[in-house]
Amino acid sequence: MPLAIESRVIPFALRGTDGATHRTEDYAGAPVFGVIFHCNHCPYAQAWEDRLIALQRDYAARGVRFVLINANDPVKYPADDFAHMTARAADKSYPFPYLFDETQEVARAYGATRTPEVFLFDRDGVLRYHGAPDDNYEDAGAVRHHYLRDAIDALLAGTTPPAPQTKPVGCTIKWR
Amino acid sequence: MRIEFFYWEECPSHPEALARLRAVLREEGLDVPVEVIRVETEAEAAARAFPGSPTIRIDGADIQAPEGTPIGLSCRVYHTDDGRVTPLPTDVMIRRAVRAARAGAAAPPAVPRDAAVPRPGEAER
Repeated sequence: MPLAIESRVIPFALRGTDGATHRTEDYAGAPVFGVIFHCNHCPYAQAWEDRLIALQRDYAARGVRFVLINANDPVKYPADDFAHMTARAADKSYPFPYLFDETQEVARAYGATRTPEVFLFDRDGVLRYHGAPDDNYEDAGAVRHHYLRDAIDALLAGTTPPAPQTKPVGCTIKWR
Repeated sequence: MRIEFFYWEECPSHPEALARLRAVLREEGLDVPVEVIRVETEAEAAARAFPGSPTIRIDGADIQAPEGTPIGLSCRVYHTDDGRVTPLPTDVMIRRAVRAARAGAAAPPAVPRDAAVPRPGEAER
């Protein structure tokens, strides 16, 4: 089961493609903190990737912080190994850390099952949105419901996201 | 015309892709069965040279050349001509492949991969 709405953020310390270890406490005080399970190989993750990058850039000045976490087994999916993660983060000029959950413990703790899958926390580290970035993985121009953007706007305004939970859509996380 | 639709259950897009395929066949006036084939194991994926779910082959030709995509149980990446990545083949891709097969072409052209073959007033999906 995924982490329930109103649960507290689950601490982690994971290695990023930038060479640093990123801890949840590094993001304490951010008005909005997004933990997003992601990977390289999945077409759903790829389809939404530019939108996540745009969102992070749009909201960075307001203190919104995302981290992307890849938990896939790189033995089964070599495109998701750390070297490929590093290359992709550089190619796409990721404006957020891209972290490797090598043991898969973080993904399991969060109850994540898909890529992408968003867990969005408020300033107090309370989960306020869980689900998909929006309602159209195929075409950014055809999106009708901007779930993640709306949730960020709501949290920045001090209100509750209009849709706190949506169904994550994407590839399954590749367990060992 | 032989039409095969291969899918892996873990990718959520296959029902929509199958519906899209059947709609295109209907619109093209083709009353041909679609062989729906579930791929469940890596061995099966290897045996069928399955480059990911969903995969559509018409008379043995993939509707979009997989171009180096690894064989195995995975969700498939499709590229549209406007540079988008999508887990689903578009109507345009399917229609082009159907028409190529009807015209007796050995395989749809690899480039451009998603050249428009629109119906009047149709926008690419």
